[in-house]
Amino acid sequence: MSEDVRTAVGAEADLPAVEVTGLRVTLGGTPILAGVGLSVSAGEWVTVIGPNGAGKSTLLRAVAGLLPADAGSIRLFGTPSTRLSRRERARVVAAVAQSPVVPAGMAVVDYVLLGRTPYIPPFGRESAADLAVVADVLDRLELTRFASRPLATLSGGERQRVFLARALAQGAPLLLLDEPTSALDIGHQQEVLELVDQLRRDDGLTVLATMHDLSVAGEYADRLVLMAGGRVVADGPPREVLVEELLATHYQARVRVIDGDHGPLVVPVRATGRRADRPG
Amino acid sequence: MAETPVSSGAPAPSGRGARRARDVRDPFPARPAGLRRRWLVAGIVAVAVAAVAGIAYGPVSLPPGSVAAELLNLVPGVHLQSGLNEREIAIVTDLRLPRVVLGLLVGGTLALAGGCYQGVFRNPLADPHLLGVAAGAGLAVTAVIVMRGVTGADITVGLPVTVPLAAFVGALGAVLLTYLLGAAGGRDRSPATLILAGVAVSAFLSAGQTYLLQNNAESIQEVYSWMLGRLTTAGWHDVLIVLPYAVVTAGVLLLHRRELDVLTIGDDEASSLGLHPQRSRLLLVAAASLGTAAAVSVSGLIGFVGIIVPHTVRMLAGASYRAILPLSVLFGGAFLALTDLIARTVAAPAEIPIGVVTAILGGPFFALVLRTTKRVET
Repeated sequence: MSEDVRTAVGAEADLPAVEVTGLRVTLGGTPILAGVGLSVSAGEWVTVIGPNGAGKSTLLRAVAGLLPADAGSIRLFGTPSTRLSRRERARVVAAVAQSPVVPAGMAVVDYVLLGRTPYIPPFGRESAADLAVVADVLDRLELTRFASRPLATLSGGERQRVFLARALAQGAPLLLLDEPTSALDIGHQQEVLELVDQLRRDDGLTVLATMHDLSVAGEYADRLVLMAGGRVVADGPPREVLVEELLATHYQARVRVIDGDHGPLVVPVRATGRRADRPG
Repeated sequence: MAETPVSSGAPAPSGRGARRARDVRDPFPARPAGLRRRWLVAGIVAVAVAAVAGIAYGPVSLPPGSVAAELLNLVPGVHLQSGLNEREIAIVTDLRLPRVVLGLLVGGTLALAGGCYQGVFRNPLADPHLLGVAAGAGLAVTAVIVMRGVTGADITVGLPVTVPLAAFVGALGAVLLTYLLGAAGGRDRSPATLILAGVAVSAFLSAGQTYLLQNNAESIQEVYSWMLGRLTTAGWHDVLIVLPYAVVTAGVLLLHRRELDVLTIGDDEASSLGLHPQRSRLLLVAAASLGTAAAVSVSGLIGFVGIIVPHTVRMLAGASYRAILPLSVLFGGAFLALTDLIARTVAAPAEIPIGVVTAILGGPFFALVLRTTKRVET
């Protein structure tokens, strides 16, 4: 079954990688997603932005199959997500959570090897092919020299690369990244995002991410989806979504949008006159 | 064993020609975690040494070499001259061997269950008694002993309610209660909910036990001697009681050892890697609890084995449950068999409760291992 899904992915590239329609999700009695529609083409990079509590992470978790939907549908490369078993879904979607658990004492190589779980028979062990995939991923992400180091001893940027490596080892055509750079300094943010973009172009991956930094989001994504109050309120190329009125309305933020080389740059500005009020 | 590097000549996946060439030339960057052969051998040696020592020493000491020969004679087709007379052979096979085997089974099961709980709950302090096993068995055993004391006769109206049966039922009943209480937390319950439910159930049942004991002070000594644990010398009877449960528990847990590794990186991650974390956790906890209840029913409440052995194994042989679980069985069994040897010889002819010895011996040993091994990240 999952092999059919993977072949379908290659054969019918015109099918959207993700097709979400009318998605409603309720958590603990609170409606979080109130009818979300979203489509991501194969090979596209779409970043979901929006204020805290807008439902960005919930949307990603629902697409990853981690949350049940109350209504609506999620199709992955044309196949309804509910028709896939977890194992089949794991070969199609790989997800990196916002702050994944760092297990005590686990070495980088073992962490990345866990990404091969959907290919390892239930009570079996990893094959030479699985090891080869992991060696390849470690090499491409320049993690080979860390292979035997415990994950807990790595810096934030290095860890983020390891989380990414685990997801890549899954060999899934769709990559979900929830706030992949929120814990990183500006240089490592760029390093990780360039890496994701490189992998996307090399392997034809589809990327669906959430991000808080609007300028960075606009620079890397093909398309931005602005969410607020559990709904999509704007969807389009960065230039159409990152506009001052929209951001003022939905973020309650004062920003100036400047034209940059790779898309609009969003600069926060203080209300005029405030600085003069401050004593001293 | 996870000792096969990529370059061992195993066929690479087809259709990856270019990569294949590189992979075969370069060694795999690091050895994946798993059960190393030398640790497996060490574990087997530990079991053999513990078994021979446990059988050789006692009120009548026998030469270890002869004991080893006599043990090998139990293997079909082996006929060695052990040099032991008939009475000594009887001591070996009828008296001491069952007790040693019981120690191996109980110790192995407790250590395995403890290692499993630590992984399932992602909590290094988890031990096999965490979900109410100790309190449940304690209350049930106290009730049986007290009732027996009060009436001075068999009040079970002919029902075969023995202390082991009471302990087994009490232990499993408490775990079930804990599970139901934790499940009341709803669909999104975390492992922590179950631990808290275990604390609540344990407190409740312990209070009941304390009340019973307070009103029947004459039973205190009997209850305590059960609680501190001892391995019986009841021939093969107790071994046959524990064996099926130990085998089922070990089978289920060892088959899931890789899954336990996946569970340590988080429920969401495990789900998105194709597992059912809730389902796996339920199965693993049920299997571990069953084995623990069986162990408790024949040996009382032996503490420390379930925490100390898996942790020692983790520090020595790595953090992967693929190594921790099988090695916990071996070293847990060896540890308890040796502990029992000490418990019954140090103050001979009296016996020290084995639970006391595990703690006295285990504490300093654990400190030693902590000091001499590399720092483990937590």
